[in-house]
Amino acid sequence: MKYIYPFFIILLVTFIGEIMHYFIPIPVPASIYGLVIMLILLCTGIVKLHNVDKTSDFLISIMPLMFIPGGVKLITVWSDIKPILLPLSVITVVSTIAVMAVTGKTTELIMKADKRLKEKNK
Amino acid sequence: MNNIMLESLFFGAAISIAGYIAGIFLHKKLSVLNPLLTAIVLVILFLKIFKIDFETYNMGAEYISYLLTPATVCLAIPLYRQISVLKAHAKEVFIGILAGVIASMGSILLMSYLFGLTHEQYVTLLPKSITTAIGIGVSDELGGIQAITIAAIIITGILGNITAEWILKLFRIKNPVAKGLAIGTASHAIGTTKALEMGEIEGAMSSLSIAVAGLITVAAASFFASLF
Repeated sequence: MKYIYPFFIILLVTFIGEIMHYFIPIPVPASIYGLVIMLILLCTGIVKLHNVDKTSDFLISIMPLMFIPGGVKLITVWSDIKPILLPLSVITVVSTIAVMAVTGKTTELIMKADKRLKEKNK
Repeated sequence: MNNIMLESLFFGAAISIAGYIAGIFLHKKLSVLNPLLTAIVLVILFLKIFKIDFETYNMGAEYISYLLTPATVCLAIPLYRQISVLKAHAKEVFIGILAGVIASMGSILLMSYLFGLTHEQYVTLLPKSITTAIGIGVSDELGGIQAITIAAIIITGILGNITAEWILKLFRIKNPVAKGLAIGTASHAIGTTKALEMGEIEGAMSSLSIAVAGLITVAAASFFASLF
């Protein structure tokens, strides 16, 4: 039962996620409903961490394998990529720098503002 | 060659895993080489050399992806492990990552417009900074091309991993909480390995950002998709 019970919980939550995806008309993947449900189940104590942690660690550790077929599929869409290779590269580089700078700077500004507020209240 | 391979359901799966094992081996020799990217390149080369169709390969390989949805659900577990860090820094985490997600999709929107990309190409790139499992779902829901999304996500991760120290220094970001959130939001799990090298707080904040940035992106993506 070591892996059967956790696997059952994980697949059941995934299934509930799929049902929600089917009935709720917004573009949210089934896996995200499942992720949020699982988090709620853990936070409320309905599912205990030690019940699911080993199986989930295993699934997460083999997750990179699951992306290989999707990546290999690039050969079938290569003709679509070729003409936009330059914009693709520029967008990837610039947006990565932008996200890192904006996230870091915003976080530092909030922390500084917080600190100043606390000092004022003293 | 196609005929022999058509008989075997396990050819695609076996060659994929072989590629990944080779990827891990090369990663140990040269840490810049991402195992997933190496695996994809090796499998593509193999198919090209032996003139095997993608469809033939995918007949068996698609079964590896069968567990992707439950594995993504399992991302709740590492997030739950970080929940005390999340609570202690709730405001910074939420506002910092939200700003990052807006910067990501805003800059992609602006550049897609400037380069005259199509809507399909634009939504393909929208989830490029978040973790592959969630990014594939977002791309699929919005009508993007999944294979290109996967490639963009992996390359973004590697880019973030290699350039993080330099970018943080350039923008004078020194606080460990800010550093971790910045790396995780920009370059998901692949970048997080760099944050883990920087320190415990950086690592924890970066791993936390993987799931939080993914969830915020899911919430905001359809709005951004409607803009262009």
